Amino acid sequence: MRVILRNPRREIEIDGRRRVHALLSELDLAREAHLVIRNGVLVPGDAELDRDDVIEIRPVISGGA
Amino acid sequence: MKCRTCREPAVIELPRHNANFCAEHFLQLCRRQVAKAVHDHSMFSEDDRILVAVSGGKDSLAVWDLLVELGYKADGLYIALGIGDYSEESRGYAERFAAERGLVLKVVSLREDYGYDVPTASKATGRVPCSACGMSKRHIFDKAAVDGGYDVVVTGHNLDDEAAVLFGNALRWDVEYLARQLPVLPARHGFPRKVKPLIRLTEREMAAWCVIRGIDYIIEECPMAAGNRHLGYKEALNALEEKSPGTKASYYLGFLDRMAPLLADIAAVGADSVRPCARCGAATGVSDDHAVDGEIVCAFCRLVERSSAHAPVSVDLIRKKSRAERRATVEVESR
Repeated sequence: MRVILRNPRREIEIDGRRRVHALLSELDLAREAHLVIRNGVLVPGDAELDRDDVIEIRPVISGGA
Repeated sequence: MKCRTCREPAVIELPRHNANFCAEHFLQLCRRQVAKAVHDHSMFSEDDRILVAVSGGKDSLAVWDLLVELGYKADGLYIALGIGDYSEESRGYAERFAAERGLVLKVVSLREDYGYDVPTASKATGRVPCSACGMSKRHIFDKAAVDGGYDVVVTGHNLDDEAAVLFGNALRWDVEYLARQLPVLPARHGFPRKVKPLIRLTEREMAAWCVIRGIDYIIEECPMAAGNRHLGYKEALNALEEKSPGTKASYYLGFLDRMAPLLADIAAVGADSVRPCARCGAATGVSDDHAVDGEIVCAFCRLVERSSAHAPVSVDLIRKKSRAERRATVEVESR
């Protein structure tokens, strides 16, 4: 599957199927700090991601006090 | 995962509520949390004129969207901070949001209206960029609200923002800042009331609100904020939240319920110790006062004076790389 990461924007390829929480864990990304969007639609942690999916992992933490 | 309310497929899990929600019931939860914050802290009424501080990011656009949905009259104010491409892009998101909904968005430009930008102010004054930026925004939002006849300024500070600031203040035991860290700052001395309706909602929830509602916002982090202390506090709190969901809410909302009342006397001290700035007329705290040619000049006017006299400074001379950028660089270099 094609995975789009942000800040900075970049793309990586992941082989095989994954559940959302497994993908975040594999990439060492905190669940509380990211949303996972599959083909433009928000998906929860137990959603299974297929090989053909385009996945955006969107960080949600912003700076500035 | 099923929605707790309707048992339809969920789109988001919220461990702190021990529940999952479909899109419709997640949005309902957000509306209720904002309505509760507005009601519990008497933030404003439907008759008040509201000015939303808009950055083009998820929180400010979400709070504007939520308030309009809940029936409030709210205009927006965007400040062009002059942070290179980041400012240009964020302005575009704010303008498109307003135009698509028929909302009023006012724009103030630091460079065009005051003769400086944030990178230049940082260099000219020796302040960290977030400090120069924050001071500029506070002054301009106050002025715009007063000049425009608004009753209240709304900011998009969310639960993560407030918990992180509280964490920093507590680490330093900065009692005066702790005492003033409230969701409502009352109007006084010509300053408008300032309120934070998102204190019961997290950053993740606000980003989800935007995704579900189809709100485009600037996702990239401000290049000036990369690596700042505030982000480190958020990461630390999120590490605790993952192990013990609900930690951030109990920390900050518990502070408001049980600790803030004990600090009320400290918050009141100094509230009346202000004088008008000789240049802009804005009330300025005694601790901020500084004599320039025998006159009291506020910190903002002093910043404008020094920054507008300085040659423009580019973003790249000021910014630090974020951890994610450093990691991305390593990823690329290792391939």
